[in-house]
Amino acid sequence: MKRRTLLASAAAAALIAGKVSAQDKVKVGFVLVGPKNDGGWSQHHYESAVKMKEHFGDAVELVVQESVPEGADAERVLTQMALAGTDLIFTTSFGYMDATANVAAKFPKVKFEHATGYKTAANMGNYSARFYEGRAVMGHIAGKMTKSNKIGYIASFPIPEVIRGINSTYIHAKKANPDVTISVVWLFTWFDPAKEADATQALIDQGVDVILAHTDSTAPLAKMKEHGGVYGFGQAADMAEYAPEPRISSIIDEWAPYYISQVQSVMDGTWEAKATWDGIAEGMVGIGEFSDVIPEDVRAEAEALKQSIIDKSYHPFTGPLNKQDGSPWLAEGEVADDGALAGLDFYVEGVTGDIPN
Amino acid sequence: MIRLDRRPDPSRAWSLATPPLAVLATMIAGGLLFAALGKPPVEAIRTIFWDPVFGEFAFYYRGQLLVKAGPLILIATGLSLGFRAGVWNIGAEGQYIIGALCGAGVALAAYPMESAFLFPLMVVAGALGGWAWAMIPGILRTKFNTNEILTSLLLVYVAEQLMAKMSFGLLRNPEGSGFPGSRNLQQYPSAANSELIAGTGMHWGIVAAFVAVIFAHVLLNRHIMGFNIRLAGQAPRAAKFSGVQPARLILFCLGISGALAGMAGLFEVAGPAGQITPSFNVGYGFTAIIVAFLGRLHPVGILLAGLLMALTYVGGEAAQANLGLPAAAIQAFQGMLLFFLLAGDVLTNFRLRLGRPEVA
Amino acid sequence: MNPELLLSALMVASTPILLAAIGELVVEKAGVLNLGVEGMMIVGAICGFAVAVETQNPYLGFLGGAAGAAALSMIFAFLTQVLLSNQVATGLALTLFGLGFSALIGQSYSGQKPPATHDLWIPLLRDIPFLGPVLFRHDLMVYVSLALVALVWAVLTRTRIGLVLRAVGENHDAAHALGYKVVRIRIAAIAFGGACAGLGGAYLSLVRVPQWTEGMTAGAGWIALAIVVFASWRPWRVLLGAYLFGGITVLQLNLQAAGASIPVEYLSMSPYLITILVLVIMSADRTRAAMNAPASLGRPFHAAA
Repeated sequence: MKRRTLLASAAAAALIAGKVSAQDKVKVGFVLVGPKNDGGWSQHHYESAVKMKEHFGDAVELVVQESVPEGADAERVLTQMALAGTDLIFTTSFGYMDATANVAAKFPKVKFEHATGYKTAANMGNYSARFYEGRAVMGHIAGKMTKSNKIGYIASFPIPEVIRGINSTYIHAKKANPDVTISVVWLFTWFDPAKEADATQALIDQGVDVILAHTDSTAPLAKMKEHGGVYGFGQAADMAEYAPEPRISSIIDEWAPYYISQVQSVMDGTWEAKATWDGIAEGMVGIGEFSDVIPEDVRAEAEALKQSIIDKSYHPFTGPLNKQDGSPWLAEGEVADDGALAGLDFYVEGVTGDIPN
Repeated sequence: MIRLDRRPDPSRAWSLATPPLAVLATMIAGGLLFAALGKPPVEAIRTIFWDPVFGEFAFYYRGQLLVKAGPLILIATGLSLGFRAGVWNIGAEGQYIIGALCGAGVALAAYPMESAFLFPLMVVAGALGGWAWAMIPGILRTKFNTNEILTSLLLVYVAEQLMAKMSFGLLRNPEGSGFPGSRNLQQYPSAANSELIAGTGMHWGIVAAFVAVIFAHVLLNRHIMGFNIRLAGQAPRAAKFSGVQPARLILFCLGISGALAGMAGLFEVAGPAGQITPSFNVGYGFTAIIVAFLGRLHPVGILLAGLLMALTYVGGEAAQANLGLPAAAIQAFQGMLLFFLLAGDVLTNFRLRLGRPEVA
Repeated sequence: MNPELLLSALMVASTPILLAAIGELVVEKAGVLNLGVEGMMIVGAICGFAVAVETQNPYLGFLGGAAGAAALSMIFAFLTQVLLSNQVATGLALTLFGLGFSALIGQSYSGQKPPATHDLWIPLLRDIPFLGPVLFRHDLMVYVSLALVALVWAVLTRTRIGLVLRAVGENHDAAHALGYKVVRIRIAAIAFGGACAGLGGAYLSLVRVPQWTEGMTAGAGWIALAIVVFASWRPWRVLLGAYLFGGITVLQLNLQAAGASIPVEYLSMSPYLITILVLVIMSADRTRAAMNAPASLGRPFHAAA
């Protein structure tokens, strides 16, 4: 179907029709915001995609586009994928949301899955993980492991996901250790290894001895490793290369099971657009192996906490909880609803400092 | 020993012949690189250079080439005027950002009012924003003799920080669930810079780019200001004697390149990008500098250079998707293309002679 | 907040940009503007990392980083000095190429750990209260960077080589008329600048982070360029500028870590605004500006026969 003319109507019609893939292979596309070996966020999406491909073998054709800037470029890359006959496309950064929605509207037969956003359409679903459940477990360990009673949190941007993570960490660290305080450092970047390392150093210099990172690279762990005597956690990926210390556990984005099930549903013809927000129970948030550095009893407690989250007997945001200014948020036994969590924009009581805006 | 002799006038023949030669050289060197990475070289080169224009999906890519080339051409045309006159604005990226911020700011302030005047007003605001941001190095240069290369570059970082601040604060979408980024202007009919003809990628920014090319051509060839610009660049002393006021020339060149960069930012934010986010800018302002030189600072050359650059971006993406070439290989490939094109310049301006260098 | 640790961290955080900036200063003093510092730094980061990992010797790694970046800078030298291409455009192209090229060669090195660069054991001095922890408990490269600043200062101001270099940067036609090999001197300066940028990059990947990640310089090369200007092309002020830039970053992070609430974005843009201000003050005084900014900066030289 070679076209030599640039007739607008023909082009528009072709845009809407897309190309029907000739083979019965399912073609699955992934759009990554960073390089596929960034050691964190994008790498983990990529590895999960590869796992999905291994699961299906020849039944799936995998297309990956890395380092795609958000905005206009993403829209072109998505259109390109849709034109090339891709059946299902995963867009793995919040900033792709509008581009995904635009392209989804033009290609009603292609299915889209957008990570960490909130928009859906007839052929566009979204998916995100309840990382705060993992943060609760990490928070508990952090509270137990700190000797200086100071834990640190390297934060990227002041968005609800990061704020949920800080709150969840602090709430559970505090439960484990009433004397604990949390220092939050905002970097305003997802990825700047040097700055992440400097922030780690700054926290260590302030006497912090357990650090959680909410940025994309392994630089904080590399810095902790060099320094010694400081504990941290894998973020997004297991980062097992830094075990048994400084990495004493990790929050893993387990995208592979989700990718497999979504691709399967496309094969079965049962795929439908929905908003998915899964946690540890559903297998989307993985807790990395507890390293031996953590005392036996703390490991058991953390495991119990994890189990209680899995069987839904416990929700990490359960009252009584006050907002940072002391005003009540959740009453005794009250559980935060998803709507409130999705737009969370305040610290809970006890976290010091202000959320920049 | 090979010796270079400066030609009295740049060779027209070579200036036309070197770009294709450079592209050819890049294809060979790039092919070797791709082969070394275990990818089929011929197919990779074809995917990058041929498919977007003549391949199966060319009907879509051709439009996208314009979308990608539009801002590059618009910015580079403005920059080339200054570069000809020896005024070095390398901070177009910052002016692009500020233009987008001002233009989008006007739209967001007016939201949700619908009016036919809104978009023109945004264009003016974008141009003014870029102009004002470029006036900072302009005034510093004319009043305090401060090197504009450096101030304009430094202001890029300031602009980036401002944009980050804005997308988390003042311009943040109140309905965006707390995520950074403004409302999407594509969904605000009066403010949207949408496609003029569906499916072609053509939007007002590309129209503006073509107009700018024509305008620059006329200015340089028919207008006294264009004459002054060329004179100031080629013979600064003669320009002074003939009554060219350097300060006015500097402010004119910086102002016009800033305004065009600002407009490019506005067209981008209201059109293809849609919204202000911390990652809104993708380096058009810097790439445009290269485009200006690849185009030999000539309006038509810039038009072609912008399209060639766009081709490597769009084709490079296709090569990534279809052949699994890493993004880094595409970047290195683009770098090679630029090296060869820049190297080719020497043939335009100099004659190669075999022989011993004269004793100085 | 502990001032000892703050100052000590400041020195580490500033070393990469200091190294790159002192190299670029020499390049600019020779009248060449190489905007490819970012590209050379990142190539230095991966070359240094790769050599260090393969040999398990961080010092060979630093040499490898310097050599790799110097080799890259020779592309720039060939294009601008021999083929007389435009320096601004060529420098930008060098950065683009360097970012892509480093990512290509670095693909098998992500996730690896480099051999440790140990702090030097400086007896007695290291135990001086305050000064010991601040100044005398660093790795070799911190001292190398300081020594380079002193060396560049001494060579530029006290030696014939420095005089010739400055002459070339001030007025290449006059220098040529006096019989100096303008092109050769500039190529040597570019190589030195490349090697320094490479050392800075290697310091990032071997000490400051320490790991290899694509795009890890994240703009440090551009900051180095700004520092040269901030310093008005004087070596000791480069030191001051680099420590000021590094200092603001470290101070900002430490203030946050200590719980102070500060406007992060405004603080992040302050070094650039301060540099512009310094630039204005400096250049407003025409006689002094003329003494510092190399007059031939960025202008191509062709020895007309």
